Amino acid sequence: MPKVTVDGVEIEVPQGATVLQACELAGKEIPRFCYHERLSIAGNCRMCLVEVKPGPPKPQASCALPTSEGQEIRTDSEMVKKAREGVMEFLLINHPLDCPICDQGGECDLQDQAVTYGRGKSRYDENKRAVTEKYMGPLIKTVMTRCIHCTRCVRFSEEVAGVDEIGALYRGETMQITTYLERAASHEMSANVIDLCPVGALTSRPYAFEARPWELKKTLSIDVSDACGANIRIDSRGREVMRALPRVNDDVNEEWISDKARFQVDGLARRRLDKPYLRRDGKLAAATWEEAFAAIAKINPGKSVAVVAGDLLDCETMFAAKALAGALGSSLLEGRQTGLSYDCSNLAAVNFNSGLAGIEEADAILIVGSQVRWEAPLVQSRLRKAARRGAKVFVVGPEWETTYPATFLGNDLAVLDKLSKDADAALKGAARPALILGGAGLGKGALPACLALADKYKLVRDGWNGFNVLHMAASRMGGLMLGYAQAGGIADLVAAKPKMLISLGADEVDYTKFADSLIVYVGHHGDAGAHAADVILPAAAYTEKDGTYVNTEGRVQWADKAVFAPGDAREDWTILRAMADALGVSVGFDSFTELRAAMAKAVPALGREGLADYGALPKGKAGASGTIEAYPIKDFYLTNPIARASETMQRCSAELLHGADFAEAAE
Amino acid sequence: MLADKDRIFTNLYGYQPWNLKAAQARGDWDDTKAILAKGKDAIIEEIKASGLRGRGGAGFPTGLKWSFMPKESKDGRPSFLVINADESEPGSCKDREIIRHDPHKLIEGALVAGFAMGARAAYIYIRGEYIREAEVLFAAVQEAYDAGLIGKNACKSGYDFDVFVHRGAGAYICGEETAMIESIEGKKGQPRLKPPFPAGAGLYGCPTTVNNVESIAVAPTIMRRGAGWFSSFGRENNKGTKLFQISGHVEKPCVVEESMSIPFSELIEKHCGGITGGWDNLLAVIPGGSSVPLVPAAQIKDAPMDFDGLRELGSGLGTAAVIVMDKSTDIVRAISRLSYFYKHESCGQCTPCREGTGWMWRVMERLRTGDADVEEIDMLWNVTKQVEGHTICALGDAAAWPIQGLIRHFRPEIERRIAENVREAAE
Repeated sequence: MPKVTVDGVEIEVPQGATVLQACELAGKEIPRFCYHERLSIAGNCRMCLVEVKPGPPKPQASCALPTSEGQEIRTDSEMVKKAREGVMEFLLINHPLDCPICDQGGECDLQDQAVTYGRGKSRYDENKRAVTEKYMGPLIKTVMTRCIHCTRCVRFSEEVAGVDEIGALYRGETMQITTYLERAASHEMSANVIDLCPVGALTSRPYAFEARPWELKKTLSIDVSDACGANIRIDSRGREVMRALPRVNDDVNEEWISDKARFQVDGLARRRLDKPYLRRDGKLAAATWEEAFAAIAKINPGKSVAVVAGDLLDCETMFAAKALAGALGSSLLEGRQTGLSYDCSNLAAVNFNSGLAGIEEADAILIVGSQVRWEAPLVQSRLRKAARRGAKVFVVGPEWETTYPATFLGNDLAVLDKLSKDADAALKGAARPALILGGAGLGKGALPACLALADKYKLVRDGWNGFNVLHMAASRMGGLMLGYAQAGGIADLVAAKPKMLISLGADEVDYTKFADSLIVYVGHHGDAGAHAADVILPAAAYTEKDGTYVNTEGRVQWADKAVFAPGDAREDWTILRAMADALGVSVGFDSFTELRAAMAKAVPALGREGLADYGALPKGKAGASGTIEAYPIKDFYLTNPIARASETMQRCSAELLHGADFAEAAE
Repeated sequence: MLADKDRIFTNLYGYQPWNLKAAQARGDWDDTKAILAKGKDAIIEEIKASGLRGRGGAGFPTGLKWSFMPKESKDGRPSFLVINADESEPGSCKDREIIRHDPHKLIEGALVAGFAMGARAAYIYIRGEYIREAEVLFAAVQEAYDAGLIGKNACKSGYDFDVFVHRGAGAYICGEETAMIESIEGKKGQPRLKPPFPAGAGLYGCPTTVNNVESIAVAPTIMRRGAGWFSSFGRENNKGTKLFQISGHVEKPCVVEESMSIPFSELIEKHCGGITGGWDNLLAVIPGGSSVPLVPAAQIKDAPMDFDGLRELGSGLGTAAVIVMDKSTDIVRAISRLSYFYKHESCGQCTPCREGTGWMWRVMERLRTGDADVEEIDMLWNVTKQVEGHTICALGDAAAWPIQGLIRHFRPEIERRIAENVREAAE
């Protein structure tokens, strides 16, 4: 632990810390553009210059300089002030003065630092540089004249995303940042470069000219586009969600989110169910709430009721529906819409036990039936980190483009009983071996065989549990904790032939099998579920209600309500509470607080933020068979009703996955 | 004047063939095995004792540089020698003469130096524009391989040593050692941050030493004739012989091997036939290639041409590329042209150089025509100071120094142009 002096104050810094980190520990702000905690050090913006003794008599880039015992660092000397002013002047001479029409305005590092560290006026009289526009796809808007060449975007795509999509062309003052051959950036997390860009060179295309940051209400929320539960911030104005941005949470999403999490929010304003509908003479017609509840009361299903939960649900909604079904005398609850029926008697067996952050530490990883890039981009970035640290990765299933070296072991699950020599040796020799079982593997019944592997390779050992199941639905773990699982899966519900099926935003269910049931759809988008419904009760999307979510690693997180649901739509729990009145039963709560208290009483883990404890892994049973022909996600950008309603996601799907050309409007 | 018997580069002008047979007749590859047999430490000590300072411009003691390399690999990483033949400094043309007329000196030097520092292989990075020179070098390396002088069991010494020739693509910045390493690795030629220094993590992350062609090519001769012989030339701390490249307004521009510390006037009179129009016609001299500040006529005449002597004049020896300018020179235009060169060759990685070189050049262009304010001279000075010492590599310094030299010594000339231009505009 070297001791250094920062501006006369002696502090002790961790071994290997840089001078910049030492200054931050000492509470000194160091301006920077190119330096970013999660990217490699480039040292090219020269904004973080400080004076260091001993050393050459010139300012040093603090981001790249390691601390050493007895260093004297000055951040307040005349030399440092001059150096900062100089660098800032250089950055500004070719930066356009277009802040009034720049979307970065108000949250621009260059603006902020120019005010703090720049000169009062410019001495540059020559013409400013102009750079031709680049095309980076439907998500990233470019104004490359504003670029200050910090190369954060280049390093992000190389290091975190693992694709060489963005790079620099030419040299000197003609250097330009661009995508390869100006093709669209197509990585699932590509839009994170928008946050990384310290200026307005890369901004959000869908959000262009929509709002100023100071007009927006910021609400802390949880992403529901996949099962990772990324921490996001919802920026809203009035009743409209303007954008979603990542929050920093090292345990979950670091500070990245997938493009779907970021850009599906424009789907929240489209195809919305904003009033109740009733099917009359085979056609859905608008109705009032009274008429809708009257229709439900008329059916009076008694015990013959089943509930199927969708992928985007919060735990409160599921608990309210469970309470309603329970009051009616039914326990027919299911959340696995597509027919999965894996054993859920022990939730440890279906949990991502190593944790999202923990998987980085693994040194040998076997992926069974998961296209991680599409199913959980955030896990993919963790796996890439692990691979960069030397982890060996093996995949059972059809080939997909990993962004790290990986060995595909074929589609046949029988390989699990007799792994290849390499894989066997890697898992045996690993200090922290891990297995990731994905949806395709669960669908083929690979769970017992994988549990057997957990035993064989001792995936659970001191301080390490390497047995992981990677879900795809934000509601999955919460649903399983609340008992949304039948032994036979959704087939049990079909077999029960319920008089009434309550569908909680379930859009992936094959409703033809419920042709004899009255289908009551409680959801927010006019998607597949609403088309099949007999009664539609408009509900709230994830941004429009407080909610508890459990991600695939069993982490309980709370999201806040950002905006009100549109039109006549109501928060889901109030609908279910009202339905209880219509059916003449009591669910035992009258307010959201009471609901939460009841839920915490029934499932205590849901009342505590943080990782839920599911206990020890059950024993498995070797012997897997079957072939994984395909992965469940066919189109990354269109996996849920919100994304399907989103124009941005539709365009991404068409352009990035299906190669459609879009004519750019002349600007 | 250096006696012919003391010349290292005996075929500098190509009067004899470059090939192996002729080179051996000149004494190259003469019992190289015996040199290697002295052992690594002995070679490094000998080079240290000879006082050889790097010939690429910075003048870092060569033997000391070699001694930074790990004695033996602790983690299995090999070491590499990179030879900088990316001679792109305006005015420099010495490595070219070595490579096209005496390539075996370089290849033998590579073996000796590589052996001394425990390198597995040498990479010779040759400037892209040197096409014929590269052809010669490729052929010479092949000759050496065929004769068993390099490769497995080089010179029957039991040491395996490979030499690879890598052609550049015409970027000045790739002459910077870490940019050169990046370029050899197949990346964009941009200097790396230091630390880590190449001796710790250089080419492909392995310990690497980057040396100039001349520094390497003189090593075998020093080993044969002894450190004492080499250090008998030149002043203290500036030992040895050196290839001077005199261009510009002299009667006979030439590349010549001379003793270090030779006075400027002697160098010009003996080898170049004097200044065009006589000594009174001399305006200024850039003594070390385009990146060092110019020295006005009055100060340069008796100056010793070595590292320390020229530093005392506020300039530097650089690569000893002496650019002589007589009074017919438009000195502001000349420096402005250099500014354009640095603007053109800046890699664009770090801010002060990327933005500053263009700014400096544009102001220089206006100073050339006088289309400026007098205050802008001070502003330009200030801008050069904002670039100098704030960049990752030395290109920022190199871009700033010529302008600083100009302002320091020729400010009245710049002010005269501004005054005239103002008068013209008024008329």
